Amino acid sequence: MNIALRSGAVASAAALTLLLSACSPSNEADPTTSDATDAPVTSDAMTLTGTLNGAGASSQESAMEAWRAGFTADYPDVIVNYDPVGSGGGRTQFLDGATSFAGSDSLMDEEEYALAVDRCDSDAGAIHLPMYISPIAVIFNLPGISSINMTADVIAQIFDGKITSWNDPALVDINPDVELPSTTITMVHRADESGTTSNFTDYLAKASTMWPYEKSGDWPNALGESGPGTSAVVQIVQDTEGAIGYADASRADKLGTVALGVGDEWVPFSAEAAAAVVDASPLAEGANGANDLAYKLDRTTTASGAYPLVLVSYHILCQQYDDADERALVTSFLKYVASDAGQQQAASAAGSSPISAELASEITAILDEIAAN
Amino acid sequence: MTITQHRDVVSDDQPELTARRESAADKIFLGLSGTAASLILVTLAAVATFLLVEAWPALTDTAGALAERVQWIKPETGESLIEIIGFLVFGTVIISTIALLIATPLSVGIALFISHYAPRKLAAGLGYLIDLLAAIPSVVYGLWGAIVLIPVLQPFYQFLSEVLGWIPLFAAADDGTVSGTGRVAMSAGIVLAIMILPIITAVSREVFLQTPVLHEEAALAMGATRWEMIKMAVFPFGRSGVIGATMLGLGRALGETMAVYMILSPGLSYSFNILQAGEHNTIASFIALQFPEANSSGVSALIAMGLALFVITLLVNMAARWVVSRRSEFSGAN
Repeated sequence: MNIALRSGAVASAAALTLLLSACSPSNEADPTTSDATDAPVTSDAMTLTGTLNGAGASSQESAMEAWRAGFTADYPDVIVNYDPVGSGGGRTQFLDGATSFAGSDSLMDEEEYALAVDRCDSDAGAIHLPMYISPIAVIFNLPGISSINMTADVIAQIFDGKITSWNDPALVDINPDVELPSTTITMVHRADESGTTSNFTDYLAKASTMWPYEKSGDWPNALGESGPGTSAVVQIVQDTEGAIGYADASRADKLGTVALGVGDEWVPFSAEAAAAVVDASPLAEGANGANDLAYKLDRTTTASGAYPLVLVSYHILCQQYDDADERALVTSFLKYVASDAGQQQAASAAGSSPISAELASEITAILDEIAAN
Repeated sequence: MTITQHRDVVSDDQPELTARRESAADKIFLGLSGTAASLILVTLAAVATFLLVEAWPALTDTAGALAERVQWIKPETGESLIEIIGFLVFGTVIISTIALLIATPLSVGIALFISHYAPRKLAAGLGYLIDLLAAIPSVVYGLWGAIVLIPVLQPFYQFLSEVLGWIPLFAAADDGTVSGTGRVAMSAGIVLAIMILPIITAVSREVFLQTPVLHEEAALAMGATRWEMIKMAVFPFGRSGVIGATMLGLGRALGETMAVYMILSPGLSYSFNILQAGEHNTIASFIALQFPEANSSGVSALIAMGLALFVITLLVNMAARWVVSRRSEFSGAN
């Protein structure tokens, strides 16, 4: 329902977000020179005031609430707003200058990189920082069964309507210990264009030879049932025996989940397994310099214990903010997000996987550099 | 004429002052009400202009740039913008038609009961309740439909397809089953029917109540039963009014977003299988679905769909008004 209401709020969001750091006093001491990750409550905390506005991916919504709560506990005079309008809307608002940062499940395209140069205060443009790693679970509803093994090929065939019953030989062969019923498979996917679908189809396209479609945020075939948003997909799977769908792992709750075939292992989703695949992945081509941590995820990894079906959500920010208040707010908030405390907050609130320590220190270094500009 | 008479009466005292005062008040009131009236035209024109201007990039795109920037536009699989609008118009019409087919007989029945059968006190209460139905937000209907109604309806759909499956409308998929969740056009139509019930009932009731008492009494005096009286006097009198009410309901059904958005498993096709999932979608629900993740080109394409919906609903509502207004010319008062 939240998602639904959101579409109505989009129009007003642009206006609201113009309230950018309106009430900041002149900022004599640079509050970001201290290490905010270790000692957030210092005298700096008193000087950091104002409103920080962001908008973007709804996948980050629960995590963002935890981050906002954690950050404003340290800096009570700061107001952090995050409008979960969706990745595309978030990037648009950021590029229009309505927000200070964007949350996005997908990377900026060339055109958006170019627009970012105009929007930001220097030619260095904008960069991505991976702040939110979330495994995507393949969820199903079969009474009494909590886990099933599936290879990427089997998942691809199910979601392409080639395997239509739960006791298909392809499933029985790789699940010798599970008593599979003859129930018809009801396939459930997202009805709206989404980052979850984009990552799911990306995984199928790369890890399986049986998936005839390309990566797409919009569901590629005309089969199965669908619902708008994660909640609807989970709701449908919950209500329908024999249903299978995919959703953010934090929402899997009591539903059965699929363990993916990676190399010779069956890997169920876990925080470590999801973070592992990000560390094993190279940076995307066309990234904006060394500071732009835009990853090209390695879906075909055979690394032991890696779970390749993950969604990585980024924060997009400028490399240069001429407004000192805005710069201080953005960098100290994002440093909190990347800190161990911030990542643990998100993990407990949203079920995300904390980024690795190496990645966190890399991000902190980049943010320090921006703060010092 | 009344003005002259009035002037004659007051002319003894201060004719000029009164006249001037009156004319000033008249002018102010004329200005206020005129502004209010023209505001509605300005709004309508502003909306139409907005739709046209914003949709223009998508409508005039011939180089295929749109398909590159918008993921759900896929000309290679027969889903270019125009083709998608075609599917959506079809889906919108078929779901609204289901809603009308269910809601119209029900509404006329309720309206007749209230106007001609129910005791006065019950009629007032019932009319109030029907109006209350209109006050329930559509998102609540959507939630109720998706969580409560659909699971109840699904076994019924399965039964329907087994018994009446030879009618293409109720045909099951190749494997002999209908949608396992009930998120189909039929469900959306049923919930929409409940939503448009109040407006059709309210207008029909008003029309039926206006039936000249002389006609009714004449019918009764000739020995007609109550049903015969309704057939002879009320229906002929109210027919065009009911048609107008139905079209007002259609106007609401066409534009309804939330309920369809939450109830339907959407898809794009020209299929009449209203018990199968992933076959239909409406324009309004499609816009709501795709707007959150749309980039600027996507928004332009969605607004082009909005333009199509705007034109359709405008035509339907104008037709409805025309039918309703025609009624007054040759209707009862004479």
